Amino acid sequence: MIGELGQVSLCFALALSLVLAASGLMGAAAPAFVARRVATSSAMGLLVFVALAFGVLTYAFVTSDFSVRLVANNSHTLKPLVYKISGVWGNHEGSMLLWVLVLALYAAMVAGFKRGGERLTSAALGVQGLIAVAFLLFILFTSNPFLRLDPTPFEGAGLTPLLQDPGLAMHPPMLYVGYVGLSACFSYAAAALLVSEAAIANNWARSARPLILIAWIALTAGIALGSWWAYYELGWGGFWGWDPVENASLMPWLIATALLHSALATEKSGAFRTWSLLLAIAAFSMSLIGTLLVRSGLITSVHAFANDPTRGLYIMVLIFLAVGGALALFAWRAPTLKGSAAFAPVSRETTLLLNNVFLVAACACVFAGTLYPMVLDALGGSKITVGPPYYALTFAPIFLALMVLVPFGPRLTWKRGDLKAAWQTLYPALGLAAVAALVVLALVSPRGIAATCAFAVAGWLIGASLIDIRRRRGARASAFAAALAHAGLGITLMGVAGSTAWRSEALTVMAPGQTMTVGPYTLRFDGVTREKGPNYIADRGHFVIMDAGKPGATLLPEHRFFPAEGQDKNDTAIHTTGLRDLYLALGDDRDGGRFAVRAHVFPLAPLIWLGGLVMALGGILSLWGRLRAREPEAQPAAPAVAQAAE
Amino acid sequence: MKTLIAFLLLMVPALFPALAAVPETFSDPALEARARNLQRQLRCLVCQGESVDDSRSPFANDVRSLVREQIAGGKSDEQIEDFLVARYGDFILMKPPLQSDTWLLWLAPFLVLGAGGAVAAAVIKKAASREG
Repeated sequence: MIGELGQVSLCFALALSLVLAASGLMGAAAPAFVARRVATSSAMGLLVFVALAFGVLTYAFVTSDFSVRLVANNSHTLKPLVYKISGVWGNHEGSMLLWVLVLALYAAMVAGFKRGGERLTSAALGVQGLIAVAFLLFILFTSNPFLRLDPTPFEGAGLTPLLQDPGLAMHPPMLYVGYVGLSACFSYAAAALLVSEAAIANNWARSARPLILIAWIALTAGIALGSWWAYYELGWGGFWGWDPVENASLMPWLIATALLHSALATEKSGAFRTWSLLLAIAAFSMSLIGTLLVRSGLITSVHAFANDPTRGLYIMVLIFLAVGGALALFAWRAPTLKGSAAFAPVSRETTLLLNNVFLVAACACVFAGTLYPMVLDALGGSKITVGPPYYALTFAPIFLALMVLVPFGPRLTWKRGDLKAAWQTLYPALGLAAVAALVVLALVSPRGIAATCAFAVAGWLIGASLIDIRRRRGARASAFAAALAHAGLGITLMGVAGSTAWRSEALTVMAPGQTMTVGPYTLRFDGVTREKGPNYIADRGHFVIMDAGKPGATLLPEHRFFPAEGQDKNDTAIHTTGLRDLYLALGDDRDGGRFAVRAHVFPLAPLIWLGGLVMALGGILSLWGRLRAREPEAQPAAPAVAQAAE
Repeated sequence: MKTLIAFLLLMVPALFPALAAVPETFSDPALEARARNLQRQLRCLVCQGESVDDSRSPFANDVRSLVREQIAGGKSDEQIEDFLVARYGDFILMKPPLQSDTWLLWLAPFLVLGAGGAVAAAVIKKAASREG
């Protein structure tokens, strides 16, 4: 019975989203205040019914109701509770429902805060309603999570052990808050185009600012989380592989970052008005393309896609309608919004413009690298691989160039800046960059051009941010947002460069009592014990780090077997000093108690995710400042320090 | 996500049995570095997106032995890559070759960068003229 309740909720949600779309769009006209009220309440109603459907599905997973096909295919009675819950979105249908739940949350937020006034809000709700209609239809017709299974099986098929992990339980919701947050930015941009009055429309960047920030923070954290999960879970320490699935999340991040910067200029000085609108459209388009890539089977091969094209075709049509519709609206209405901002060639506007040029080029690089092989294959051309060397030659130089320019932005004022003064404040950062490069060249082996450049740039970024933070002592917390985010970039760069250039590894078969060396570490193997987890059996290896003959820290990597799923996975052990990871994976039992062991040393690896965290923290500070400044009209009069903050 | 899961599923059983096969290493560090470098440039065809160097699949094991045999036989890096491309196609190269059907792929980022730069220059010029 409970499954049908979910089904009915989804149908009600669809009806409400239709009402939301219609009333919201009607409410964009000035006198239609009744329509606006209807839009607000239907946004709340939409959230209630989607949440109900999601709650029902979660209940079915938690109670292991195997009469629901999705639960039977993806759950198991012995799974720990947290993975029963995360199993809800560990599959296609459930994750689409999560997508719509987040969409409804954003719609309710837009309706609740009414940023930018009644009419802009209403139009944004209407567009949000249209997106909800499209995705609810997609769920109901191609991906219904509530389909029944008859006869009901006694036990479920379980969840892939690799997904039974706290990192991956959190990763999809985080990423969706980002992806779908971009839909809300898109809705605001489309609303600005729909409400033709310039006075209202030009406010959209300020109204959408918290949404852009929330989406960006969530994307940043979500990508970092996914990369961390891949690192510790897959057993060889790969944190980024330029896999299409990863690229699908990087593209929206790159465009969202560009939007974050461009919308700031639009808000503060009225520059790049139409460009920011276009970026908001592009950012959501990238989210949709990411969804298409991940959900349609296009990644495995174009032929897998051709075998079952229903879902893929639906999303393609959706992309075509959303992007095509938004661009048509843009072409029609944007000319009426054209600003006539004036700024000198040396000004913050110019740096933000350059930021956008580089970010868009970086996105083009990821876009080409991801889609070119698919298109080539579909057209019957040769099958090619676009792997890390391609990105090292295209993405890396473009992004490094961008990072060299970053410190200038916060140092130049709006309209007209002083390059010489900016330079002078940067001398210490230049010194730090030179020191970093020299240290790498003189002391660290193996030395390389790439690592040297990376460390110089990282020193430059972090140095500039430290100077910034020092200059602004005593200012509001949000004044440090940009400095933190830019420093995070430098920290991540150090982690990526260090762990790539100076990694060492050892692969061996060991018997208890033997020792192995990897990098600077000597490890003693003390044997294996058999452990019993809630739904797995594990071989737990006991390893001790030998420090000058004396035993030090213990590492306990496990090799787990999941009988329900009939699969095994490794649970790596990582001993970290904060600046260096010793990474250990245990293989299975060889002849007579000998075990395969894979050990790596990744210098500076923890900095990769620490940097992501610092970036997200920068975003959170900026958001915090934004939410405290309740009166948006008070903004333009803010003092210079507050402006420089962002 | 589903595809990611599917490929992880495929990969996991392959991961552990293969761990046992400790790859032979060259005692000469220069040869070893060459072998490792080549292995990183080759894609494991049965995995998704992993290099022959990272992967522990039987396929990757075979290719690693092939690479090492050929290096020991005195072949150059280019000869080894050519041999593997003749056998498995361009698909095995992590770095797509620059040829008639891939120049657009290689040039696209820089075309966008150039076009963006040109537009930016025009915008800046216009804004500066307004500023006077």
